[in-house]
Amino acid sequence: MNEEEFDVVGTPLARQDGLPKTTGSARYADDLKLPRMAFCRLLRATRPHARIVSIDTSRATDYPGVLAVITGEDLPVKYGVLPVGQDEQALCTDKVRYIGDAVAAVATVDEQTADAALDLIEVTYEDLPTYLSIEEGLTRPGEPIHEGKFGNAHRAAALEFGDVDAALAEADEVFEDTYFFQGNTHLPLEQHACIAEWNPAGKLTLWSSTQSPHYVHKELAKALGLSEDQVRVVAPPVGGGFGGKLELFQHEAVAARLAMLTGRPIKAALNREEVFYCHRGRHPVLMWIKTGWTSDGHLKGMDFKSFVDGGAYMSYGAASLYYTGALQAVCEHVPAYRWQGVRVLTNKPPCGPKRGHGTPQPRYALECHFDAVAERLGVPVLELRRKNFLMPNSKTVNHLRITSNGLRECVDIVARESKFEARHGKLPFGKGVGFAVGAYLCGAGLPLYWNDMPHSSVDIRLDRSGVVTVSCGQIDIGQGSNSMLVTVVSEALGCRPEQISLVSADTDLTPIDLGSYSSRVTFMAGNAAISAATQLRNLLIGAASAELDLPAEELVLRRGTLTRRDGLGAPLSFPELVKLAESRNGALTATGSYKPPRLAGPFKGSGVGPSPAYSYTAAVAEVDVDPETGWVTVERIWLAHDIGRALNPVLVQGQVEGSIYMALGEVLMEEQEFRGDRGPRVLGVHRVPSMLEYKSPTTFEMPEIHTFLVETIDPEGPFGAKEVGQGPLLPVIPAVANAVYDAVGVRIDETPITPEKVLRALEAANRRFGPTKLPTYPFPRLQKVDPPWAMGSEHAAPATV
Amino acid sequence: MTQNTTLYIQYLQEHTSLPVQGQRETTAGPPPGKKVVLELDVNGERHELLVPVHKTLLEVLREDLDLTGTKHGCELGECGACAVLVDGEAILSCLALPIECQSPSAIVTVEGLAEGSRLHPLQETFAELGAAQCGYCTPGMLITAKALLDSTPTPTRDQIVDALSGNLCRCTGYLKIFEAVELAAARVVA
Repeated sequence: MNEEEFDVVGTPLARQDGLPKTTGSARYADDLKLPRMAFCRLLRATRPHARIVSIDTSRATDYPGVLAVITGEDLPVKYGVLPVGQDEQALCTDKVRYIGDAVAAVATVDEQTADAALDLIEVTYEDLPTYLSIEEGLTRPGEPIHEGKFGNAHRAAALEFGDVDAALAEADEVFEDTYFFQGNTHLPLEQHACIAEWNPAGKLTLWSSTQSPHYVHKELAKALGLSEDQVRVVAPPVGGGFGGKLELFQHEAVAARLAMLTGRPIKAALNREEVFYCHRGRHPVLMWIKTGWTSDGHLKGMDFKSFVDGGAYMSYGAASLYYTGALQAVCEHVPAYRWQGVRVLTNKPPCGPKRGHGTPQPRYALECHFDAVAERLGVPVLELRRKNFLMPNSKTVNHLRITSNGLRECVDIVARESKFEARHGKLPFGKGVGFAVGAYLCGAGLPLYWNDMPHSSVDIRLDRSGVVTVSCGQIDIGQGSNSMLVTVVSEALGCRPEQISLVSADTDLTPIDLGSYSSRVTFMAGNAAISAATQLRNLLIGAASAELDLPAEELVLRRGTLTRRDGLGAPLSFPELVKLAESRNGALTATGSYKPPRLAGPFKGSGVGPSPAYSYTAAVAEVDVDPETGWVTVERIWLAHDIGRALNPVLVQGQVEGSIYMALGEVLMEEQEFRGDRGPRVLGVHRVPSMLEYKSPTTFEMPEIHTFLVETIDPEGPFGAKEVGQGPLLPVIPAVANAVYDAVGVRIDETPITPEKVLRALEAANRRFGPTKLPTYPFPRLQKVDPPWAMGSEHAAPATV
Repeated sequence: MTQNTTLYIQYLQEHTSLPVQGQRETTAGPPPGKKVVLELDVNGERHELLVPVHKTLLEVLREDLDLTGTKHGCELGECGACAVLVDGEAILSCLALPIECQSPSAIVTVEGLAEGSRLHPLQETFAELGAAQCGYCTPGMLITAKALLDSTPTPTRDQIVDALSGNLCRCTGYLKIFEAVELAAARVVA
């Protein structure tokens, strides 16, 4: 099929869920209502780290309108989304680990009664030492937050690819910098909500606003002590996720247990403050980077350390930690690379995966460092970058397979369109331009728990009416995955988009899809859909070919109509074609599935980083910095993204704009703040658990955006497509930081870049604001791995233009 | 203290035995059962309702009238997701008391933007341009934009930015929303 023949791919088809969402008829989890439905609310800890001495629920139990009261004894089983992280409980039994951790819950006839009943539960705590920072977690003595032989430094890793010390020793110049990326949260507009219903024959159904019905299914069964076939999880449309709804949350298990106990459907709808406690957002990361260079600007080696503030539980933390070291070498050719990282437990809401999962922090550090290195070497920044970019079809030092790579073209476009080289370093004081690049996965190459099964499957059933029913476990959280399936199936099958009826995100009704994370759905569900659609297309054309006694090549099926290439005969409508094929073949169904190729390298920890493809992005930010107030205004962003192929350019552009928006929030204002002052007040209180106080960009903060899509037609992507939901966020954060430096000559090596930090840097002798020291921590023994080119396998292409 | 809050407290004091300010009474008794009869004109339909006095307009719309198109985003007037029109003016229903919006005031929710099966141009352009991604801010955006277009049929980009500045969206970066409002304005005028 050549490009000109596409009917749907590449067209700006309106979103499949557009009209339901603009008419108010899309039903989200909190919009659902079941007969006899009752409500639950959770009692949340008021201490950051404390042993539970006693819980008295008697007065709440006696309160009118209360149907049930439960504590940790009713839900004692530990669970977690990662096999290595079984450390959470739906209601804490022994101790609480952050303010907001749940200790008890009530089911009541209405929500107001629930609030009143919670006030009647008395919990006695015995305070334990509180750890609120990486430094405190590593050095404060006392009982660690979780049991384990490493204390609060619960996960650590150390990897070396090639000989970094030798590479740095041979380098003409060596530079090092330290950065801190502050934590921030997803802040989806939709607050988490769910309804649980128990069928006394032994089946629990949970409707929940989740990005992964599959992982919630597994975790919920474990938490409830049910077998997995007794649990069904359904995700209605999700009102935003960004990584914040990717695992089982306490209220989901609690609602389920209360539904089992009361025999009534139970709704749990969190308020905004509770959403801040669920969190699982961006990890605060302290980073140190050291690189060696030839004097003309070739990168020789890189040494990198990540100190990751995990919050109170594992969540996705083991993966998050590795992601702070996994993608350092996907843009540049790095001949030797060492990474050491540690994730430290603290008494704050657990961190987890947020858009870019573990990679925006090191990307910020890397791109700011490269900007600083270019200046120190006296090499123009784009020249320095272009000397080192990784080639397409190569391997990175840490064994990641790179196929399509449009980074060079992206860089050329944003440089040209923003006139970067003519303006960088040359604008008047207060005005600046900054440059950065980034790359991201098109789906994690491995599932969260080890298995050899497909990551995504799509079932398609053709009805003789012409309806094409497409079933897939994927969930549209706003990114447009429903529309992606409509585009891909109608193109591959040859039907009209309007014929397609989607069934999504129901663990009983739809085949597996792991969830909306790691930018995996287009690549994986898209490929599964093409496989299923192609089987059915072949059946339809085969039936027509036999019926008309013509070779299949003489028949064309497009947009729901079968015609002959020679133009003779009457066209066949889709229903006619289905009837024909159904008469010959029986019921018409097909299943396609997708599993990424085996890509993990030969070392422990190699499961994080591999992906069937990588998207590439380059960005230029133009800023205005007021040296009097420190106020940073981002005026323009030019961003070019290697999308592989844009299945729907309008939706792709929407993802780019949304990524830029979220990046601007992270770089300029968004941060999780907790009360850390010593003294009589309770430590660890979230300072800003509301949408007013947690600052996020409004319409006023949006700059002019110029988006450019580069199509590299990925060899393994569905119709050549790659991801767009996360990659475009990555370069925007450092591009703004670098633009601030260009504008007023100060390095803000800590996010967010607030006016106060800019002013302090302007006053500082070293014209910098950022971390100055690293904690002392004995990293584990280095796992030394040869780079792929030293192992006789496929060589990384040399980094030449 | 806003006028709404003052009215609310006054109303509660007159009509209930709830402690209005200060701590919640935790020692006793059954939950407050005080209810009030309301007459609401919503999307052109008259409703007579008996609802607990503490309920906000948002809760009454969603829970008593099943008009779930209007969304909770914060319940504190911070996000704009719950905007509805009352006599043509966009207000935050999470901060409004239904008693203040009774008939003959006309309430319009997102479900009332279409005339029968004929959609408002904003509903079409938001869908066409991908201005609704997750869609949770969308009802509030549509309502606020409708109020803008009714008073300013051909708004400038700055007027749109200004009018929507109290409506948070986490998905789109707002640009597609601005474009959808501009396109709808052009269609309304045409």
